[in-house]
Amino acid sequence: MPRAKSKKEEPVEAGSDVAMEEAPPSHQPESRDDMSVDQDENGDAEDVEDEEMDEDEEEEEVQRVRLLPGSTPTAASFEFLNEGHTLGNALRYVIMKNPDVEFCAYAIPHPSEAKMNVRIQTFEGTTAIQALEKGLRDLQELCDVVSDKFIDARERFAASGSS
Amino acid sequence: MPHKPPTQEELERRKIVGIHEETITDVSSSDYPHTYPGEDHSWDIESFKRNFRIEFHQNDPFEASFSLIGCDASIANAFRRIMIADIPTLAIETVFINNNTSVIQDEVLAHRLGLIPFKGGKEGLHKFLKWWRKPEDESQINNSYYDFNTVSLRLEVKCEHNEKAAAGETDPTKLYKHAHVYARDIEFCPVGRQEKYFSGDNAIAPVNPDILIAKLRPGQEISLSMHMHKGVGSDHAKFSPVATASYRLMPVIKIERPILGKDAEKFAKCFPKGVIGLEKVTKQEAAREGSGYEGHAGEVKAVVVDPMRDTVSRECLRHAEFKDKVKLGRRRDHFIFLVESTGQWESDAIFLEAVAHLKKKAQDLEKQVINMVR
Repeated sequence: MPRAKSKKEEPVEAGSDVAMEEAPPSHQPESRDDMSVDQDENGDAEDVEDEEMDEDEEEEEVQRVRLLPGSTPTAASFEFLNEGHTLGNALRYVIMKNPDVEFCAYAIPHPSEAKMNVRIQTFEGTTAIQALEKGLRDLQELCDVVSDKFIDARERFAASGSS
Repeated sequence: MPHKPPTQEELERRKIVGIHEETITDVSSSDYPHTYPGEDHSWDIESFKRNFRIEFHQNDPFEASFSLIGCDASIANAFRRIMIADIPTLAIETVFINNNTSVIQDEVLAHRLGLIPFKGGKEGLHKFLKWWRKPEDESQINNSYYDFNTVSLRLEVKCEHNEKAAAGETDPTKLYKHAHVYARDIEFCPVGRQEKYFSGDNAIAPVNPDILIAKLRPGQEISLSMHMHKGVGSDHAKFSPVATASYRLMPVIKIERPILGKDAEKFAKCFPKGVIGLEKVTKQEAAREGSGYEGHAGEVKAVVVDPMRDTVSRECLRHAEFKDKVKLGRRRDHFIFLVESTGQWESDAIFLEAVAHLKKKAQDLEKQVINMVR
C-alpha cells in the first residue's frame, strides 16, 4: 500500500530525488525503490511479470506449506496439507533436537481434514522458519545414515549366513 | 559448579522403560537439549552415525526381521507407517464383469479379486509403471489407459460336468470341471512395452496361485476382465506391500540377586523357552564375597540367555520368591522390526523404500518452505 502511494507522488514532486536521500530509510525493500525512481514503467512491468511467473509455478506444484496468521519471527505456526503423524512426529523430534528451539509441537486439528500443524518457538538468534528448514534438512541426513547402515547390515548378515 | 558428565551406567538407565507389577515408568524419551544441565543433546549427524546400529535377525523375501538401535520412536514409527501406507504396489482396481452366474455377487467377487497380491518383474513394477489418474472429464476415461499405467487381466471360467468322473463320485472337484476358481486361472494380457518388462518369470501373476476366488457348479460361468493400477495403502489396504510391518521394544531382564535351585527352575518357567538358562554356580563365584553365591557352589542359578525372545508377560513379578530379585524393562531405543511382504516387493526392499520415501518427503517440503518464504 505505501509503495503505490509513493509512486503516485513521484511525478508530482519532480525534484524530490535529492531530498529522498536525506529522508529516513523506508520500510520498503531498497532495490525496488531504486528501480521505480529511475525507470518507473519498466519496473512496474517486471513486477507484474514476476507475479505471473510465481502463479505459474504454484499451479504446477501446489503450495502445501502455509504460515498461519499471528506469527512472529521467533514463534510461528505452520500448516502442512496432506501430511500426517508420519512426518509430523518425526519432524517434531528433529526440530526439538535443535538447541535454539524453545518449543516445538505438532497437531492434527481434525482427523477428517488432511492438515497437520507445526508450532515452533525459538530463542533469539534464529527464526522459526530457519528451525523448520534445518529440521527438514536434518531429517534427510538421518535418512541417508539409516539407509547406508541398513545396506551394510544386510550385507554383513548375508555374508555371515553363507559362511 | 561444572556438571559431571553422566556415567555410562546412567546413560543406560535413562534408556530403559520400567515395567513393574501394575505400572510402567519412564515412557518418554528425554534426549533433548536443555533437559539435563551441562549436557548437550542437540542433533549431530556424526554422533548419530556413531551410535546408530542396525542388526539383522532374518532376511527372507517374505519375512525380514532386524533391529534399529539408537534412534527415536518417532523415526522408527515413521518408517513403519510409511511401509504400511505409502509404498506403492500394483493391484486390481477395476473389474469389468461380462458374465457372472456364480453364487458370489459381482461386488463381492470384485472385492475378492482386488485383495489378491500379485508379483511381476521388479524393474517394470517399480520403474516402468506410473500412476494412473482418473481424467477430470469422465468421457475421456478410455483415453487414459496406457501400457505404463494400466495392466490388463482376464478371468474366463466355465463349470461343466466331467464325463470321466467315476460313478458315485461325491467330490465336486472331480465330478465337475472348474468347480473351483483359483487365482492361477487369472490370465495376464500384456500390451505394448509390457511384453518387454513382464515376460517369462517376470510375468504379472498372483503371488500365491492357490487362492480360492469362487466355487462353481455346472452351467455357472465367470467371465470378466480387470484393470490393475498402482496405488498406496492409505487409499486401500489391498495396495499395502506388507502383510504386517511392526516393531517391538527390546525386553530387558535384570536379575538383581541370585535365583538358585528350585526357584531358578520355576523362574525359567515364567518366561518363554530359551529366555532364561540354568547354569551351575562356579567355585570362583561361590568364593567371591558379597556375590550372593557364597556356599552355593554346584547349585543351579538362573541366567538371562536371550531377552529378545521374551514377551514381557510379568509372570515372574507375581511370585513372592522373586520379589526384589528381578527387574523388567524395555530398551526405548531398540526397535525389533518384523516386516512381512505380500510378495510384490522383497521385505528388506520395502524398508529401504520407506527410508527413501521419508527423505523425499522432507526434500519436497524443504522446497515448499523455501517457496513459502519467497
